[in-house]
Formats: sequence, C-alpha cells, structure tokens
Amino acid sequence: MAGSEIAAPTAPDTVKILIAGGFGVGKTTMVGSVSEIAPLRTEEALTTAGLGVDDLDGIEEKRATTVALDFGRITVSRELVLYLFGTPGQQRFWFMWNDLAVGALGAVVLIDVRRPESSFAAIDFFERRGIPFVVGVNGFHGAHPYPPDEVREALALPEHVQVMLCDARDRESCRDVLIALIDQLITKALQSNGTGRLARPAP
Amino acid sequence: MSGGDTAGRLVRPFALTGGRTRPSRADFTLITTVTAIDPPPAWSARPQAEQQRILRRCAEPVAVAELAALLDLPVSVVVIMLCDLLEAGRITARPPHPVSRTTDLDLLQKVRDGLGRL
Ligand SMILES: Nc1nc2c(ncn2[C@@H]2O[C@H](COP(=O)(O)OP(=O)(O)O)[C@@H](O)[C@H]2O)c(=O)[nH]1
Ligand SMILES: [Mg+2]
Repeated sequence: MAGSEIAAPTAPDTVKILIAGGFGVGKTTMVGSVSEIAPLRTEEALTTAGLGVDDLDGIEEKRATTVALDFGRITVSRELVLYLFGTPGQQRFWFMWNDLAVGALGAVVLIDVRRPESSFAAIDFFERRGIPFVVGVNGFHGAHPYPPDEVREALALPEHVQVMLCDARDRESCRDVLIALIDQLITKALQSNGTGRLARPAP
Repeated sequence: MSGGDTAGRLVRPFALTGGRTRPSRADFTLITTVTAIDPPPAWSARPQAEQQRILRRCAEPVAVAELAALLDLPVSVVVIMLCDLLEAGRITARPPHPVSRTTDLDLLQKVRDGLGRL
C-alpha cells in the first residue's frame, strides 16, 4: 500500500457507524436527521461487492445489479469526520453488510415498534460478529407503547446492549442514540484497559 | 431503486474503466479520503475527461462514498478510476481510522464530544 502512506496533511481521519434494521424502519430518516449534508445515495455494483457467482443465484431479481447505500456525514472536528451508513434493508442484500461492517465503530439497530420482527436478523448479524450495537426503538407517530425493558426482554438482548426509545425524524433523539452507542464503546474500552487483556474478535 | 434503470446504467460506467470490474488495489474503502495532488507530478500523463471530473471533485479531501454520490457513479467504478489516479501520482489516499475491538478512548471521546455539539 505504498500510495496510501503519503496522506495529504489536510485530509481528516474518518470513522463510520452503521444504521441497520429491517425495510422501512426509519434508517434513511435517521441518517437525514443527524447528517450535516442531505443524505447521499450511492450505488455499489453487486458484481464487485466481493461475492462469488453462487451468491448471485440467491438473488431473485438478477437484473438488479446494483444496491443503493444511503449515507450522511457529521464533521466532528477538522481532523475527524463520522460517516453514517444506512444498510440496505432488503434481506437479499445482506451480504453487503459484511463489507459495510468492516472498520465500523458499531451500529444502531432501528426497530419499528409495530413490527419488531423485521429487525431480528439485523440484531443477529451484529451479535454473531461481536459488533457493538444499541437498539433504537422508532416510535412512529410518536407512540411508544412498550418501555425499553419490555423491548429488551422481547428481543432477548443481553444487559449491556442499550435499548433507547427514539424518533427517527428528530435530530436530538437520533443524536442521543448515537451517543449511547459511543458510551457503550467507551465503557467497553475502559473495561478492557482495566483488565489489561486484549479483547478478541468474536469467532 | 428500480431494477430497470440501474441495469441500464451499469453498462456505461464500466465502459469508462476499459471493461475492468476489479480494482487493482484494495486501498479504497467507502470512507477512505482522497485528495488531488496539486500541482501534479511532471511525469504523470494527461488525465482523461472522467478522471478530470474526479480530480476537480477532490481538490479538497473527500471520502470515496461521497465522491461516488457526487459523480453519480457506482462506488466500484470510482474506485477503479481512483486506482489509476493513485498509480499516476495524481491523488493521495488516506485510509480510515483503524478500528479494533478496543478502540482508543481518545478517539471515542472526540466522537462523543462532536455528537454532543449537534
Ligand atoms: N410517522 C413516522 N414516520 C416515519 C418515522 N420514521 C420514518 N418514517 C417514515 O417511514 C418511511 C420509511 O422510512 P425510511 O427512513 O425510508 O426507512 P428505511 O427503509 O429504514 O430507510 C418513510 O416514509 C419515512 O418518512 C417516524 O418516526 N414516524
Ligand atoms: Mg432507506
């Protein structure tokens, strides 16, 4: 990687967080609520997404050769920029998540309180890979019929995974969910510093 | 997105890359920042029109995903052209902050402070 060693002095450091969950749970809405730019949309061609020909067989609609990615940006400082990526919601695009998850700080799994099952697979994905995440319960119409603990129980989430009630349309609400994720990461970093052990990636 | 128009569009961008579908190097993630080198090195060849478009867009540092969105091209196509520009000495690429299972507290605190200012 000889070329990448000469970093331009003005280029900021970059990190990313994924916004995941089922189709229509409010991922794009959340990205738009906190991003300083209108959410951008780009396309990734499936043929170059690092999958073999066999993987394409599972895709019903073979004509759909690209998958759209929504993302937004938060400039933390002149030296640091945070990107938020909405993961493609449709089940058939989940192989994309592997690529997206590489190098992510963590994820927010959004849940539509009226149909939580649409985000079960997203939770499984991050749990299995040991990627830190928080759950944001998007209330739709401002209604939050279940308290966080009830949602946690229904989703069988471990104690350290925070469940937040939120409104994907509201900037401050979304910001608080992101802060909860960072706080979880800070707690984790402190714990591993404390024990002096190196945390191992999940198998 | 509709399958119809994406299927049609795939042909044109790949024509720009001489039919190649795979980058020659793995330096470019979605949040790798690229910056045009100004002035370009004397030895570098004159860029093609599409490369010129990229160079104009990255006069200031810009992330690969943003570049693709701004140019309205698939990420993979932009990456292939960025590979050429990198090899031609026309751009620099800054990889993202490495993230480990025990990401450094300093970085996390900075992100938290930034979010707090939103
Ligand atoms: N009433 C209401 N509508 C919402 C909320 N969040 C998202 N929506 C709407 O639900 C639809 C799906 O949201 P979107 O962000 O596109 O979902 P995505 O598929 O997860 O990206 C859009 O029409 C949004 O405007 C919410 O909190 N309340
Ligand atoms: Mg969306």
